[in-house]
Amino acid sequence: MNPWLTMILAGLLTYGIRLSFIALRGRITVPDWFQRALRFVPAAVLSAIIVPGLFDRAGTLDFSVRNPQLWAGILAIAVAWRTKNVLLTIAAGMLALLALQLILG
Amino acid sequence: MGTASRRQEFLSGMRDESPILLGVIPFGMIFGALAITSGLSTLAAQAMSSVVFAGSAQFIAAQLLGADTSGIVILMVVFVVNLRHLLYSASVAPHVEGLRPGWKLMLAYLLTDEAYAVTIAHYTSQGDARARHWYFLGAGLTLWVSWQLSTAVGIFIGAQIPRSWPLGFVLPITFIALVVPGLKDGASVAAAVIAGALGLAVGGLPYKTGIIVAALVGILVGMLVEGRKR
Repeated sequence: MNPWLTMILAGLLTYGIRLSFIALRGRITVPDWFQRALRFVPAAVLSAIIVPGLFDRAGTLDFSVRNPQLWAGILAIAVAWRTKNVLLTIAAGMLALLALQLILG
Repeated sequence: MGTASRRQEFLSGMRDESPILLGVIPFGMIFGALAITSGLSTLAAQAMSSVVFAGSAQFIAAQLLGADTSGIVILMVVFVVNLRHLLYSASVAPHVEGLRPGWKLMLAYLLTDEAYAVTIAHYTSQGDARARHWYFLGAGLTLWVSWQLSTAVGIFIGAQIPRSWPLGFVLPITFIALVVPGLKDGASVAAAVIAGALGLAVGGLPYKTGIIVAALVGILVGMLVEGRKR
């Protein structure tokens, strides 16, 4: 398949997924349990990306206490919990990682 | 509904999305650089950021295209990696239900992880709900413009980005900043903890299918914890 065609089809596929429920809403009836489930979508989906990301170092999982990403992540969680400030959390997490990389190597 | 409240919502969306750019811009730059090193043309690399407009899927697609993988395989991978957006679509659908089709088509295009997380928090907060699609648009467009520009910068500076940059880490940190403030009760904490632990446990499943499995179990646990309290 031509790379451009592949890319365009990949774009249409992604768009179709994003549009799916937005377009179908009102035409199909959604059960009550489904409505209740939606509240947990952000926390569940993003956490399932976050946790492996803390242990993943260049494609391999690092479970040691010398993994700087783990400590920087824990610090970021603490900062996010206390301040609820997005910018502060990202800045603290990245700075902590840079500092820890220098210390832990 | 006045123009003033629309503008206010649009600007609030831009404002709330902007701190996330600290994580998004390096990610976009890396994509641009990686796409070029994978053998994509400058035009194709830049086009992918607006045609596909989904970070993780673009990373994988660029690498697979560079490795001459069959188109069908690439499409299957993109589908699986972006399947989580199905949950986002279901989640925002009730909030955009009354909008004109043109709005729905546009907002669906802007439904990325980062725009979704900011927008859904706003939709579920208190206050006047009528102009909130303008907030969604403000947040979504801010992300879109940053993504295009950072891709271009990445293409331009290409291989000059040092390999030692811990860029894989930008995404989890950004998501921590988005998720943690929203964990307001035991049920949502349970959903996050279970989904996170399972995400790690089943992370070995090919092409991020583990995310979907982990998220669905997390959602189920959240509902069970919530149900117990009733």
